[in-house]
Amino acid sequence: MKKRILAGILAVSLVGALFTGCGKGASQSGSSSSAAPAEGTEQTADGAGQAASETVEQTARAKANEVVIGIAQDLDQSLDPHYTVAAGTKEVMFNVFEGLVKYDSNGDTIPAVASDVAISDDGLVYTFTLRDGVKFHNGDTVDLDDVIYSVTRCKEDPNVNPQTSKGLACIASLEKDGDNKLVMTLSEPNTELMSLLTLAILPADYDKQDTAPVGTGPYKFISRTAQESVELEKFGDYWGTPGNIDKVTYKINESAEGLIMGLQSGALDLVSHLTITQTQELGTDDFNIEQGSMNLVQALYLNNARAPFDNELVRQAICYAVDRQGVLDMAFDGLGFPIGSNVFPAFTKYFDESLTDYYDHNPDKAKELLTQAGYPDGFDLVITVPANYQPHCDTGEVIAEQLKEVGINATLDKVEWNTWLEKTYSGRDFQATVIGLTADPLTARSLLERFTSTANNNFINYNNADYDALFEQAVKCYDDQEQVKIYKEMEKNLTEHAANVYIQDMADLIAVRKGLTGLTFYPLYVLDVSTLKWQ
Amino acid sequence: MKKYKLNGYLVAGIILTGIIILWIIAGRFYTPYNPTKMSSAKLQGPSLAHLFGTDKFGRDIFSRVMQGSGTTLVIAVLTILIGSVCGTIVGAMTGYFGGMLDEVLMRINDALTAFPSILLALVIISILGPGKQNVIIALGIVFIPSYARVTRTAFASQREVNYITSARLMGASSSRILLVHMLPNTLHVLLPAMTIGFNNAVLAEASMSFLGIGVTPPDVSMGYMLSEAQGMFKSAPWYALSVGMVIALLVFGVGLIGEGLQRRNKEVD
Amino acid sequence: MKFAVRRITALLITMIMVSFLAFAAFHMISGDPAQAILGTNATPERLELMRQQLGLDKPFLVQYFSWLTGFFSGNLGISYSYRQPVASLIMPKLKVTLLMVMISFVIIVVCSLPLGLRSAQKASGRFDWVRTTIGQLCMAVPAFFLSILVSYLFGIVLKWFTPGDFPKIDRNFAGAVRYLFFAAVCIAIPRIAMTVRMLRSTIIQEMEKDYVRTAISRGNDRSEVLRKHVLKNSLVPTITFLGQTMAEIVGGSIVVEQVFGIPGMGRFLVASISNRDYPVVEALVVILAFWVILSGTVADLIGQKIDPRLRLGGRA
Repeated sequence: MKKRILAGILAVSLVGALFTGCGKGASQSGSSSSAAPAEGTEQTADGAGQAASETVEQTARAKANEVVIGIAQDLDQSLDPHYTVAAGTKEVMFNVFEGLVKYDSNGDTIPAVASDVAISDDGLVYTFTLRDGVKFHNGDTVDLDDVIYSVTRCKEDPNVNPQTSKGLACIASLEKDGDNKLVMTLSEPNTELMSLLTLAILPADYDKQDTAPVGTGPYKFISRTAQESVELEKFGDYWGTPGNIDKVTYKINESAEGLIMGLQSGALDLVSHLTITQTQELGTDDFNIEQGSMNLVQALYLNNARAPFDNELVRQAICYAVDRQGVLDMAFDGLGFPIGSNVFPAFTKYFDESLTDYYDHNPDKAKELLTQAGYPDGFDLVITVPANYQPHCDTGEVIAEQLKEVGINATLDKVEWNTWLEKTYSGRDFQATVIGLTADPLTARSLLERFTSTANNNFINYNNADYDALFEQAVKCYDDQEQVKIYKEMEKNLTEHAANVYIQDMADLIAVRKGLTGLTFYPLYVLDVSTLKWQ
Repeated sequence: MKKYKLNGYLVAGIILTGIIILWIIAGRFYTPYNPTKMSSAKLQGPSLAHLFGTDKFGRDIFSRVMQGSGTTLVIAVLTILIGSVCGTIVGAMTGYFGGMLDEVLMRINDALTAFPSILLALVIISILGPGKQNVIIALGIVFIPSYARVTRTAFASQREVNYITSARLMGASSSRILLVHMLPNTLHVLLPAMTIGFNNAVLAEASMSFLGIGVTPPDVSMGYMLSEAQGMFKSAPWYALSVGMVIALLVFGVGLIGEGLQRRNKEVD
Repeated sequence: MKFAVRRITALLITMIMVSFLAFAAFHMISGDPAQAILGTNATPERLELMRQQLGLDKPFLVQYFSWLTGFFSGNLGISYSYRQPVASLIMPKLKVTLLMVMISFVIIVVCSLPLGLRSAQKASGRFDWVRTTIGQLCMAVPAFFLSILVSYLFGIVLKWFTPGDFPKIDRNFAGAVRYLFFAAVCIAIPRIAMTVRMLRSTIIQEMEKDYVRTAISRGNDRSEVLRKHVLKNSLVPTITFLGQTMAEIVGGSIVVEQVFGIPGMGRFLVASISNRDYPVVEALVVILAFWVILSGTVADLIGQKIDPRLRLGGRA
């Protein structure tokens, strides 16, 4: 139904959990999160050519040093970062909040509110040194109480995503050591702790985070108008490299057409997550089209608990029936990185390329399997897609067409984003759905734990004893290489049993008005506005 | 001579509508291409091979419009059937019997007409959920009050007419009087109202699907296609233009019929 | 005066019925608001507590009256999606929409009165069919299709306004009016055609009445008769018609706002319906219905000032 929207990729980022880790002492940057950025992450698509030599007429906004960014969905109901669910909200609020550490553009964690961290040899004691004079947007200076409050809240507040609280459960005690040192003692080592400690540091005793959030990031929150806009302003007292742009406005437009028209008319300067058709619509006169990858796992997710997908043969049949390259060619003009399991290519450490071609496009084989499974004439299938994410809708539409070839009568059910979250994701009331899942924090565990039979976010109801056993093994394993091997086994398990029809890590196409530079790609679903700059 | 001139609208309207409806019905059985078949010939301009060009998946727009307008047509026809049948029943009851029933039903009618029709349809859709059947139900309900109002006046005006009174005196039952004696005499107001209703239904369905709260894929409707076409107006203007043109022609044709009917009514008076 | 009293009583009754219908409908469909607010964090105890806070444990009629009194004191409830008072969420958007509706209304009145008059005068002329056909064409083009064309042509190509960059009404009123003007025209065009058609047939009907024929046959100046009697008498049904038009303009604005990217209640309404944010939908539906009923009443009152005969005739 609603054809609104466009662009984005989804995002249900679930903060992955981790209560114990593998590997011993973590380096300060959190070794497990050091995924390499996608190859070719920063290149210009379409031969658009950088407008380096062109003199670009400065727009009024460039003179005022302001930027207007178009986004496809309104932010979460609550802006409290600890309660945020949607990746689209995190994408914006990344600029407002920081943790003790934060991600850099390589996906490594670097010091932020803490200036330094020392880790004991046994990996059980973390000593953070609070950076001097870090200020909240409300003018208060960050002190140890704020840090303890924030970490404790994430660990204990029942409204925080259980994945996060579970991960932080390994923290046995938090103690002040003088004015600026925090000693964190763990009950067991956890190599993924650093990724978790990117959690936002918030002022203690401030109760308006949900409507007027206050953080320590380079931009401060100014205002929000429902369904219309969000305004951020450069934070003058930022401890680090300040942003260049004085004022950033996010305009919400849940209609693909609206975003494109906004770019064309000059109302918007930057829109992410576009489709190739949309970038062609824009042309290259006024815009540079930057291409990165979304760093997510786009798939046709199958409800393994519901007929006919409770039958592995049917799931495999559908894997053979879907022509992945066909989807890429038809809906994305060939852009995108095909995948065969639940890890995206940029996560090179865990990515297993051999799985990509495990299922070739083979309609005959698919029919054979369907016959074997007792569906010689196919069946009716409803593919639920979030209407505000055009790429997922397009993917669903192409897949539906491909499935006709093997006799499966697939129809699309385009639902609102909230409906998708509620019914499909939380309620698990669906047959199949196209969505992209991100890794947050950037760990293999956050990508793979979700398919263990008891995971609360196992929305496809995958239930495989071997998989669960492997995960138990992985969690208890302290040898990095061995652990990578187990995780890869898990990926293979997903592929072999055709848990889902894995499609791709999508290319992220971003239209940037000429004259605006400094766009930085992260292996995360964020848009860093602090590096943007008008020429 | 004068009579012929007055019916010019009727004739032109019937011819135009007839051609479009034949074209749409033909689309049920034959389209030049499979309307959902994707190909690599994306976003091509109009040509002999593709009269209206192709869309972003390389599908033939001509074939899609043929099929999509069929969905729109079915919705519009069923909508006015629901609206006019239910509306006439309500109108007959209130107009013929009058009294308390009339007061109450017309008050509710007043209250319902206070909602802009698309708004009411959206509210009903929010209850029922989107989809073809629900659009038909929603729009059908929305159009009941206007038919009720029109027919009520027609029935009420006949109540005290001589031949009705004599029929009543001769012992004819109420239902017989309503159906046999009065209904045919309301057709002259009902028919023009139905042409207007048809057009409102086409436009309302298109608006709802355009907003994304109407027909859902794989049912293709004109509004849905138009919302898709809006995003490609620069690179594929033929898409929006051809869809918009077909909607406009359909409504235009039926509008002419309505105009013709009304002028003929006046002539008869 | 008696007429006015009666009309206003009818207005209040209709308003109460409308609000009751809306409240009952949303009461039935919205499921459990407590569940909606708490979402996945709901536990039986928290649900119970929330229900009490929201007064959901009270009988239906009590809930309705507390909602109604809240409504008239500006308390429209709390949005499920934004957890903010509905009133503060929708007021800025309502302002935009109502401004657009007014502009559109003015355009309709200004254009259709002279056009309708002329069309009636020339009704027997050779080009009557041309005018009629053009009118039918204008009615046939969907407003949102027109909006796509207008926003592309005047927005993207000619750059007379900037689609997607709607100025804040409070900060730049002239800019906002200018932006809204283009959208208002798209809503107005089909309505102008309808009004002209209606006006034309009303005037012709009036012209055929005996008193007009008599007046003309007595040698009174034709245009004077037209002006003094026919126009005056045709004005009343026209005003009633314009009052009804208001409902359709408001309806049309929902779609047109979407195309033009105008942050009015249309977009918000559609989003709220999709998000099942029923307090917002309920408030918007009732406010818009009130607006429509109010315009109808005002039209009747004006009509009755012009033509006192109506006072005897009860409801129009």
